[in-house]
Amino acid sequence: MKTEIPVDAEEAAVLKAQSEHVSFGKTIWREIKGDKMAMIALIILSIILLIAYITPFFIDQVQAARTNFMQIYEKPSKEFWLGTDRGGRDIFVQLVIGARNSITIGVAITLIAGFLGLMIGLISGYFGGKVDFVIMRMLDFLMVLPTLMLIIVFVVIVPKFNVWSFIGIMSILLWFGKARLIRSRALAERELDYVNASKTLGTPNWKIMLFEVFPNLSSLVIVNMTLTLAGNIGIETGLTFLGFGLPESTPSLGTLIAYAQHPDVMENKWWVWLPASLLILVVMLCINYIGQAIKRASDARQRLT
Amino acid sequence: MLTFILRRILVMIPQLLLLSVIIFLLAKAMPGDALTGAFQGNPEANAEHMEELREKLGFNDPWYEQYGRWVTNFVQGDMGMSYVHKQKVTSLLGNRLSNTVLLSLTTMITIYLIAIPLGIIAGRWNNSWADKAIVTYNYFSIATPVFIFALIMLFIFGFYFSWFPTGRSVDITIQNGTWDYFVSKANHLVLPTLSGAIIGTAGTIQYLRNDIIDTKLKDFVKTARAKGVPEGRVYTRHILRNSLLPIAAFMGYEITLLISGSVFIESIFSYPGLGQLFIQSIQTRDFTVVSALVMISGAAVIIGTMLSDIILSIVDPRIRID
Repeated sequence: MKTEIPVDAEEAAVLKAQSEHVSFGKTIWREIKGDKMAMIALIILSIILLIAYITPFFIDQVQAARTNFMQIYEKPSKEFWLGTDRGGRDIFVQLVIGARNSITIGVAITLIAGFLGLMIGLISGYFGGKVDFVIMRMLDFLMVLPTLMLIIVFVVIVPKFNVWSFIGIMSILLWFGKARLIRSRALAERELDYVNASKTLGTPNWKIMLFEVFPNLSSLVIVNMTLTLAGNIGIETGLTFLGFGLPESTPSLGTLIAYAQHPDVMENKWWVWLPASLLILVVMLCINYIGQAIKRASDARQRLT
Repeated sequence: MLTFILRRILVMIPQLLLLSVIIFLLAKAMPGDALTGAFQGNPEANAEHMEELREKLGFNDPWYEQYGRWVTNFVQGDMGMSYVHKQKVTSLLGNRLSNTVLLSLTTMITIYLIAIPLGIIAGRWNNSWADKAIVTYNYFSIATPVFIFALIMLFIFGFYFSWFPTGRSVDITIQNGTWDYFVSKANHLVLPTLSGAIIGTAGTIQYLRNDIIDTKLKDFVKTARAKGVPEGRVYTRHILRNSLLPIAAFMGYEITLLISGSVFIESIFSYPGLGQLFIQSIQTRDFTVVSALVMISGAAVIIGTMLSDIILSIVDPRIRID
């Protein structure tokens, strides 16, 4: 962190005006570079992502999923870096595939839920008035639903449950807070002159919303989505841990942790569930640190650099 | 003021009704009905007999009539029969409800015991090493999923050190009402409570810290200092009075977190409460119990939010929206 020599007010104003022209991407990068923890988080996360997305190409997945009763619950060794599970399958391989699935699904849920929240928030805030009133009363209700329990109930009810229906269920129940956040900003945005000017010129509402108001909210959306990504990965692995998440055909990190429900595995065979738990912790911490850096970058008053 | 409270209470009624309709329709959409579960593996069950029973129990009536019956019974405290346990849902809930309430209370108290001092320290001496440590702790507690933290706590303190029991809410060999019973109960509560509380503090700490930092710079605080009020008193009398009141009001909102947390924590520590019952019932497809539990939790959240809104509006009149 470098400390700047104090400058007089005028110069500061000029500097600030110049900094406003820097793109959001560059601001984020500068903020991450200035924050040691965020930088470390970014490096660790990149390494995890690389391993999770590249290694599966070199693994014979059919072979990895095959059970081998000659090597049940083996301790970590040179052959099996993290030992084996009750079916004799290599934990490390499952960890890699699980991490890939969990992260991919977390991202998918975040994007879909983010899109829903963005659209509904934009419509509510941009149109205001009656539309806003109706949507807000609906949101008041949706916000107080016991979300986690409802997700579990939906998972049980849905016929032909698979990864896609899981993503759908999660997305449908996880956008409420986002919509409210976007709406409050869109409400302020619609009073601004550029929106009025565009309206006078006869631009259709949907164009103003998507091409003029949305870009001004994009930093808010990015910040919010990064921070909820960590949460969504947590919810997914948690549900899978309880047995109401990803189907067995798609192993998640939660699948490995679920083994810990047997007291014997929990107490004596830590290599089965502990690495996956720690991996989730590390991933979530990294995402949060990066998310906080992005958050500071989006708010000029909080920037460190 | 009164109109706000009345209006807030009136808003709650359609919310509760809507919630009950949704839960009822979900329960109807669940595969199979109560009878399928009850007669599974029963050799005397035949299609004709089951159909007759369905007709008698009213399962073939239009859904709104069934809904009307369900709601009227529910309000009167009759939540139907559990078809797996073959007993009334209410009697099934009895003990577990008090267990969950107890666990939620201890968790909430522990959260405040940790969060309020830490929030004050971080706010009063912001940017000190203590503040930085507290902010780092916040990062960790936000990022850590409840179930992973609970598992690691159970592994370390339950299995590795064997300091605390690893399951149930009390040692069943001890007689109810004795001192040992109380000790055993308390002992069983420690791990589940700490697992929920240690990572549940972030919201309160963050709020308190930001609020104190903001209030510190306000004019009335400067006035107090200028009058010569000692620094300690500036905090206890002037700053904390403003910052702590909203914290008290957030308790209602915490209910939402406690409920979803209880589902994980109770299943991990096999603590016989509502969360564990929910998971067990949904695994055995015991839908009367499931819908009763979702309804109770939903109602708890709705009422909690309402109480928080009302308390907050009394404490801070700016929030009142008419």
